[in-house]
Parts: sequence; C-alpha cells; structure tokens
Amino acid sequence: MPAEINLMVGGEAGQGVQTIGFILAKTLSRAGLFVFADQDYESRIRGGHNFYRVRASDSEVQALTEEMDILIAIDQNTIEFHHSEIREQGVIIFDQDKVRAEGKKANLLGIPLERLSQEKTSNKLMANSVAIGAAIAVGGYEFALLEQTLKEHFAHLGKDIIDGNVKAARAGYDHARQQSPGLVRPRIKALNQATDMMLLNGNESLALGAMAAGCKFMAGYPMTPTTSIIEYMADKGRKFNIVVIQPEDEIAAINMAVGAGFAGVRAMTATSGDGFALMTEGYGLAGMTETPVVIVLGQRSGPAVGLPTRTEQGELGFAIYGGSGEFPRAVLAPCTIEDAFHTAVRAFNLAEKYQIPVVILTDEYLATSYQTVKKFDLSQVKIDRGQLISDEEASRLNGYKRHQFTESGISPRLMPMRGKALVVTDSDEHDETGHTIDDAVMRNRMMLKRLKKSDGLNSEFAKPRLYLKPDAEMTLVGWGSSFGAINEAAQMVEKEGLRVNVMQFNEIWPFPAQAVTSALSSTKRSVVIENNATGQLRRLIRAETGILASGGILKFDGRPFSPKQIATQLSKEAA
Amino acid sequence: MASLTDYGPAMEIQWCPGCGNFGILTAMRRALVALGLEPHQVLMVSGIGQAGKFPHYLHSHVFNGLHGRTLPVATAAKIANHELTVIAVGGDGDGYGEGGNHFINAMTRNVNFTYMVHNNQVYALTKGQASPTSDPGFVTKTTPEGAWAPLRPLALAVACDCSFVARSFSADIDHLANIIQLGIQHKGFAFIEVLQPCVSFNHVNTYEWYQKRVYKLEKDYDPTNRVAAFSKALEWGERIPLGVVYRNDRPVYEEQLGALRTSPLVKQGLDPQQFEELLEELTVQPLKPHR
Repeated sequence: MPAEINLMVGGEAGQGVQTIGFILAKTLSRAGLFVFADQDYESRIRGGHNFYRVRASDSEVQALTEEMDILIAIDQNTIEFHHSEIREQGVIIFDQDKVRAEGKKANLLGIPLERLSQEKTSNKLMANSVAIGAAIAVGGYEFALLEQTLKEHFAHLGKDIIDGNVKAARAGYDHARQQSPGLVRPRIKALNQATDMMLLNGNESLALGAMAAGCKFMAGYPMTPTTSIIEYMADKGRKFNIVVIQPEDEIAAINMAVGAGFAGVRAMTATSGDGFALMTEGYGLAGMTETPVVIVLGQRSGPAVGLPTRTEQGELGFAIYGGSGEFPRAVLAPCTIEDAFHTAVRAFNLAEKYQIPVVILTDEYLATSYQTVKKFDLSQVKIDRGQLISDEEASRLNGYKRHQFTESGISPRLMPMRGKALVVTDSDEHDETGHTIDDAVMRNRMMLKRLKKSDGLNSEFAKPRLYLKPDAEMTLVGWGSSFGAINEAAQMVEKEGLRVNVMQFNEIWPFPAQAVTSALSSTKRSVVIENNATGQLRRLIRAETGILASGGILKFDGRPFSPKQIATQLSKEAA
Repeated sequence: MASLTDYGPAMEIQWCPGCGNFGILTAMRRALVALGLEPHQVLMVSGIGQAGKFPHYLHSHVFNGLHGRTLPVATAAKIANHELTVIAVGGDGDGYGEGGNHFINAMTRNVNFTYMVHNNQVYALTKGQASPTSDPGFVTKTTPEGAWAPLRPLALAVACDCSFVARSFSADIDHLANIIQLGIQHKGFAFIEVLQPCVSFNHVNTYEWYQKRVYKLEKDYDPTNRVAAFSKALEWGERIPLGVVYRNDRPVYEEQLGALRTSPLVKQGLDPQQFEELLEELTVQPLKPHR
C-alpha cells in the first residue's frame, strides 16, 4: 500500500482557499512527493462554500480521494460539511476564536490564527499562512520546504508580503509543534529526491501543448472551465509571437479561428458546452471548407448554463454529431493532465494533415485539477503540417485547385499569397476549384472526397488504452478524465478479489470499432463508467459495434468520480 | 500590372439582369486595377446572400463563408497575414441582421480591411423578405403589415467610431470606384455602404427612387467632425448623401500586436523547444535536506 497524506482546506469564496490549497500542493511536491489536487468551487466571487483537496503519495496519484488526514477549516461550514471525511487520527485545524469544533470525531487543533497573524506581522490578513504553517507541522515536514514555496508564491508582491507570510507561517508551525506535539506525526516522509517534475493543471498542460505545437492564433470568449487556457496563452504567448484575441462571442471565435487557419497559421479556440453550441455552424464551416482548426470543448454540467463551475462528460455525442450535415472530424479526450499536453500536439497535427476540425474534449475536473507530472520533453514534439505546399512549389504552380480530388481525399493546401495561384473555398458545395456548384454528380464526388479523409484518420487513430488482466471477469470502460478514478477503483476491487480490465478512450472519434469489439469480447461483462446521465459512450459503443455493455455507472451531480465511489458500485455489480 | 481582364469573372454570373450588383462588380474591378493590386494580393471574404456570391465573380483569393460571419473570418485572415489586402463583402441582411454583433465589434476593433455592404433594403436570395434597412411600411411576405423600424447603419458606424464611413450608389460607377479606392487605401476598418437597387424584389427603392434622392457631399463637408457626421449619417428619405461621411485615424488593432512586428504570422517558423522556459516556470524545485 503506497503511503499518502491527504489535506483539505475549506472556506468561503474570497477567503483564500485556492491559495492555501495550491501552496500546500506545491510544498508537498517540493518534498518530492507525487501530488494530485482538485478543487470544488461555486460560481460566485464571495461567500458560499469552496474547498480544495491535496493528495500526496510516494507513488503516482491520478485521482482525488475523500478521506482526509488534515482539514483546515477557514469557516464553520467546512467543519459541518466535512468532519465526517476525516480519517481516524486525523486533525482539524481551525481558528479557535471564530470556529467551533467541539464534539467532532477528530483531533482538534484550535489556533488563534488571526490573533497570531496580527501579533507576528501586525496584519491579521496573513492568518491563512499561520494555518498552512500548522498543517505542514502536523504533517511532520521541515519548515524550510514551506518557506521556499511561500517566497516563490509571493515573490511578485514584494519583500514585506513575503516576509510577513513567512513569519506568520512560522508562527503557526511553532504553535502547532509546541501546543500539540502529539498531533505532529509524519504520515509520509519527504522523499527529497532530485526530481524533474512539474506541478500544473489540465488547462496549463493543454495550453503548453498548443503553443509547443505551433499554435499562432487563439480566439476565445471567456467561459468556465476553459478561460484559463485563453488567459495563460495571452499572458505567456506574447513573448512567443502568439496572437490571442477575445472576440465578441463564440460565433466570432470559431469563425476567426477558421479565418486564421485558412490564411495559413495553426489556429484554435476554447469554450464550454453552450459556447460550442454557438460554434457548431462554424464547426461545419471548417468541415466544408476543409480548414484545419482545433476546438477545446471543456465540458461542464449542462444543459444550458447548468452548474457553471461543475464537471460533466455530457458532450461526447454533441462533439461527434454536432453541426449541420455530415463532415469528417476528430474528437480527442485526454485522460490525464499529462495527456492534455500530448493531445493538444496531436490535435494540431491531425487538423492540418486531414484539413478538418478537431475537438479536444476536456472537462472542469481535468481543467482545474493539479498534478505532478514528469517534465515534458519538447524535443519529442513533432510538428506535421501535412500536405502544405512549400514556397518553392508554390512559385512553380500553374493553376491551383484548393479541393482537388485525390486518392486520400486530402488536397494539397496552399496559403494565400504564396506564389500567384489563387486559393478559393466556399461554404456552399463547390467543385475542385472552390467555386459554387449545384449539380448532383459533383455534389456526390465532393461529399465522398471529404468523408474519405475519415478512413485515413481511422487507420492512424490510437486504440483505447487497455489494461488487461488474465482471467478478468469484467472490463471497465471509460473516456477522458475519469481514467485516474477508474484505474484506482480497479486496483481497489482487485484487493477484494474482483479481477477487472480497464479500457479508456482518448482518441474516440472516428470510433475505433475493431479494437473495441475485440477488447470487449475478452470478458463476459463490461461496465461503462461516465460522468453523465444517459450513458453516451455506452450507447456509442452499441451503435458502432453492436455490443451492449452489461452495465453502466453514471454520475451527473456535477462532481467528479472518486475511486471509492466507483469501487463501491462495482462491488454491488459483481455481487 | 493587372488589367481589368485579370479580374474577369471566374464563373458564370448568376444575378438577375439589371441587378445593381453588376455596377458594384465593375467598380470593384476598376478600383483594384487603379490601385495596382494583383489578384493574388487580394482576399475577398463573403457570407451568404446575393452579395455573398460577389467574390466568385472576380479573380482573387476567396473565402465564401457563412451567413453573417464575414467579418470574423476577414479579421483573423488579416491578422494572420497582414500583407494581404482583405475585402469583406455582404448584403444588408448578412451584415446588419445576422452579423450585427460582428459589425459593431469590427468597427470598434479597427483591423485594417475594407467592408462593403450592398444595401438593397430587401432579402433577395430568399426571394423578397424585409431586411434591417427596409423602409417603414415596406410590405413583404413576412411583413404583410409593412416593415417596422429601419436601422441607420451609417449612424451606427459613426457611433462606433468606425474609422472610415462612406456611402455610394451602384449606378454611379465612377463615384463608387473612387470610394472603394479610398476605403482600401484607408488605414483601419473601412465601411462602405452601397445603395443597390434590387430589380426583382424591391419595387419601391428602384433606380429612379435612389436617383431622385442621392446627392454628393459638398466639397467643404468635413468628415472628421464626428458630431456633424452623425447628423449626416442620419439623413435618409428625401435626400440621401453619398461620399465619405466620417473618418478618423484611430490606431489600427493589429499594429499594436507585438507578434506581428517582425513578420506576418504565417511566415514565422515553429519551434517547440523555445517553450522550455515555460516548463521551467512550472517545475518543482526540490529541497535538499540540510542535515
């Protein structure tokens, strides 16, 4: 059993929950531990109840857990809502002047957080750092770990703020050790090994992948949960000559991405379900004009506005079938934070190679969760621009047909103003030259030309990830961000004697039907696990392979799966 | 040097005989030739409507996109390759109706390209329904009791501080060709409305109707006076002004983008390795134990 420590911090929006959580995550990753952190927040700037969970282990962790060793309660609600999640011998850290915790089944570590902050720094606003210091003490870690993290985190705010926070944290650290030495108990020691690890969230990973892949143009209208992709690229991209534009709406965003793609740069947009609803017209435009474009669809709970800050996997069908008419497209669903980077690179390559729109399906959970991952190897990033006509070839062109018929359905692509040949395309049905047509024969040929591209795409598509056990009784099937939870659930049930395979989709459309059929025939039973209410993947598998999975585990309350929730359901299924 | 025949129709023209669009096409060709532009330097972007077919009828790069969505495509194409001369074309339904939000934002954003709206005050491709600029009382199949309240696009443009606002008339080819030249030469977003009689579906606003009303702005008219321009932009009915109604020299959007300073985006190389420093920023620096 890998050793781990789990911490939670809870409070109102605006009380610094996120900052505390992130600093804890960073401090533990600095200790050489593997960290996974997720956050739960409401669509409000002040008030309500938010929490942040940090899980640190001596081996890789890819999912949240619900059992806590240390709970930092910034407000009373945190204690009321979460005291039952504290493990035996767990500790609640709270401000004894503001929060009551008597009678709760946990070790109580009441500290005058604000008073200590005021005393040590003449500023009660550093109370959160006092709490962080106490938590690090209870975890049994050296103060130096935290000190370095605080210095880094507050570096941009100047010396006074840095020194104040370090002092406050030190006060909390010492107070916990002196007042309750019995509670100071290392759950898992710092490994302090030299690592090459990054701590980043899904959106950062995806944005880095997009930039490394050569994205030069991003048009995005802010919408949770993908706003931070736009912001990150706007902030970091300037130095690398990447244009980020915030347009008037999502309709403009996708049409801009298409316009930039047509002109010849790698272009993308990012949105959520309702934004994608506005984009579906432009999605088809990219399909019809054979313009490469990458669309990040960060799912959240729908329909309509739904639960704006909550997670869901409700738009698989929408991405696969969305848009008027029929056109080839690729739908990718990164399974982990690390995957998001590689999937972004892959998306740009597929978009240009096949001259199609590519959707990257993420969700709120993947977008905002943090994980320690091995530093990406940029030398492994390969940019494949497909059949893009070079300047030299362009100068020799004598006439050009943008939508020329070819065996593969892929027409060599020319950027406007490379050479003198003209590039013509049309959202109306068109002939090879790109001009409007209305005749039946050309219509058929052009439709088949475009759809032909799916064959090539299908042949190079990755099979779902498969983790097979000999004599497995059941196959667990999932897609996208649920991978970590499903995988860990599989390990949990195995301990109870239930042997299961895991099949997780990343590249999901065009559907890898053959691979799925053979994988599913290896076990009698299969359970499709999805963060939605209608079992979209389960229905897709049936539509594409004729196989009806024997079971489904669905969750659509806006919260991500925990491994334990899945394992409990599986034990019921097996019984 | 390109000649008029270099811009000759790229395919059979499908407009009705007598359509105002023919005059616009002639004027556009003349303007492009007069400016010494070659077809491969010009990208025409259009949406859907009779005006949306326009780019197919002269030789240039063409992106004929969706109804109402010309301006976002044109905006991004210009940013991606600012060496292109970008001209967006559409009708009143496409630009003022379906694309209204893009129209407003393109004007405030001020990317350097030209937008020409063929305003015939009716939907012609769908065979005769009211448009955002139909005169009050204009009876169509969708407005049997008459159209309600018209948009005054030039007034909207002045309100948005659009950096070039002009109007011309499709029957006055010399005037129109000149206005198009001025629009293309203008640095910033240039909006040109062209009054265009529809011989099939608008039997009210005919050639004669326009001819009786249009007049050219006086020589001493000052298009840089925004307040005066606003009242000129509202003029409609008995007298309709033609010419450059408003202009300013506001900063151009893409000129403040650092990314375009060295070369157009499309000409910049791609190098994954340059992002190493961003990975470094996120890398966890472990602490060596000090004992």
